[in-house]
Amino acid sequence: MDTLNDEKIKELKIIANKIRKSIIEMLFKAGSGHPAGALGMADIFALLYFHVLRHDPKNPLWEGRDRLVLSNGHICPVLYASMAHAGYFPLEELETLRKFGSRLQGHPHREFMPWVENSSGPLGLGLSQAVGMAIADRIYAGDKTIYALLSDGEHDEGNTWEAVMLASKEKLSNLIVIVDRNNIQISGNTEQIMPLGDMSEKYKSFGWFSQNVDGNDLQEIYKAIYKAKNHKGGPSVIIANTVPGKGVKEWENDYKWHGKAPNINEADMALNELDSLYA
Amino acid sequence: MLNQSIKINTKIFNDDVEKISSRDGFGSGLLQAGYDNENIVVLSADLSESTKANLFAERYPKRYIEVGVAEQNLATVASGIAAMGKIPFITSYAMFSPGRNWEQIRTSICYNNQPVKIVGSHAGLSVGPDGGSHQALEDIAITRVIPNMVVISPCDSIEAKKATIACSNTKNPTYIRLARNNTPTITTEETPFEIGKAHLYFVPEIGLAHVGIIATGPILYNAIIAAHELEKKGIKVKVLNLSTIKPLDTESIISLAKETKAIVTVEDHQITGGMGSAVAECLAQNYPVPIELVGVKDVFGQSGTPLELEKYYEIDTSHIIEKVEKILKRKI
Repeated sequence: MDTLNDEKIKELKIIANKIRKSIIEMLFKAGSGHPAGALGMADIFALLYFHVLRHDPKNPLWEGRDRLVLSNGHICPVLYASMAHAGYFPLEELETLRKFGSRLQGHPHREFMPWVENSSGPLGLGLSQAVGMAIADRIYAGDKTIYALLSDGEHDEGNTWEAVMLASKEKLSNLIVIVDRNNIQISGNTEQIMPLGDMSEKYKSFGWFSQNVDGNDLQEIYKAIYKAKNHKGGPSVIIANTVPGKGVKEWENDYKWHGKAPNINEADMALNELDSLYA
Repeated sequence: MLNQSIKINTKIFNDDVEKISSRDGFGSGLLQAGYDNENIVVLSADLSESTKANLFAERYPKRYIEVGVAEQNLATVASGIAAMGKIPFITSYAMFSPGRNWEQIRTSICYNNQPVKIVGSHAGLSVGPDGGSHQALEDIAITRVIPNMVVISPCDSIEAKKATIACSNTKNPTYIRLARNNTPTITTEETPFEIGKAHLYFVPEIGLAHVGIIATGPILYNAIIAAHELEKKGIKVKVLNLSTIKPLDTESIISLAKETKAIVTVEDHQITGGMGSAVAECLAQNYPVPIELVGVKDVFGQSGTPLELEKYYEIDTSHIIEKVEKILKRKI
């Protein structure tokens, strides 16, 4: 199927909303963390975990699973919430985020939570790891799709571009990269800190199949993933133009919410707003 | 005398002793490991001829990836390959890997605990004419400090081959330190090698030793020559080959310290944070005895022949002898 039907879209929207609420509850209880990117990516995570990924939450280390590499580990509340809602572990465990002894480390650590594919946090490392996975899958004749989720800000890192070149050279058509193009990074807007310009064109010039989509529009993202999966001969990138803080009007597009947890009043307000969307 | 119970090369004191580089030993070990285990993948950062990874590339082209001059990518791509259950060997000069890409190794390889094998060639002053920019003298320090990492510094081509094959069968991230130049063959095929186990290569003919020398890498040769000279002067010395720097063979080190009450360490690396530091950390906590450290003293190297550099930076045989004589006076 190259499109989602209305019923599926509604179902995924409800799931994305649940993921957003979990993110806010987790961050409030943790007292620190990164809400903006996590909220902005909730639609993409809902789509991946509940429709696109070949995986089995009851058998997380199943060898035949697709691989999802989250590179910008600071948005892990959306990863943990998606995994919990998908059935990897109990929803109650989300409350342990960033607490001592928790499997849900402040940035994902594979030694604590072996069901994440990679430890992450330090930026610019994820695409290379995904490229390595895609190379291994190709050498050993696998049939997996490797998904790498990157932030726009981590394209400041040279390591990311080293991986961009290698993926193209190796013609990794089993690799799909989704870039969270939300235009913010920790100390300001991306175009002020380090202009990234037209990311889609940049990838194209490196030989990638490149698409630009509204990263909060499930249908658009799905169509792009479908096209990417069917693209042969090289790697694919989807520049997902997302709204940071998506779902909570007051926080949307404000870089100050990149790395600040809500207090009780802010969390209450945000949860009420999300509740009103899908009562 | 040479400890012949472990079959050391009997020609070691001859002028025409065979000389082969440890990187050559790695190259042939890698071929063997690649033949034995089809999960081995090799990555290169544009230096495959220098590192001898080219031998593997010719034999197993499908399991060989050239990433270009990009050592950060070299390490992180290998982490991804290892995450798929494979055993990647990454090859470059020690200065660039683990030098340039330290944080990638720390985070994507060791923090993930992936069995990537990091092979750094051209380590130490023995690089020679290329000069200080290319002489990795800090690599032992920066690798042994990372949790999960195993650090091996083979003394010759035969030991390098054995270390390569041995580490291809383990699940640990591992650093193998190699040298560029042809250096004397110290061991034989029969000499035992086990990761984490040090062996005595030189022992007194009779009785207890007065001083224990602990050496790592090809410079072990200088330590053995020094011991041989000292023997003629009536100073009895034991020489321990500490080819695995992490995990440290504390048992062998402490036992040597108990016998000799005086230890001299020898390495082609900075004294700070290197093998000698590891030995000092061990002995200070377990069995404190006087220690003298032979190594580079907080300065960068420069161009020159390996022999000129050894002498100038005081890691040659005569300086080892000097340190042994000095520590005899410090003995309590």
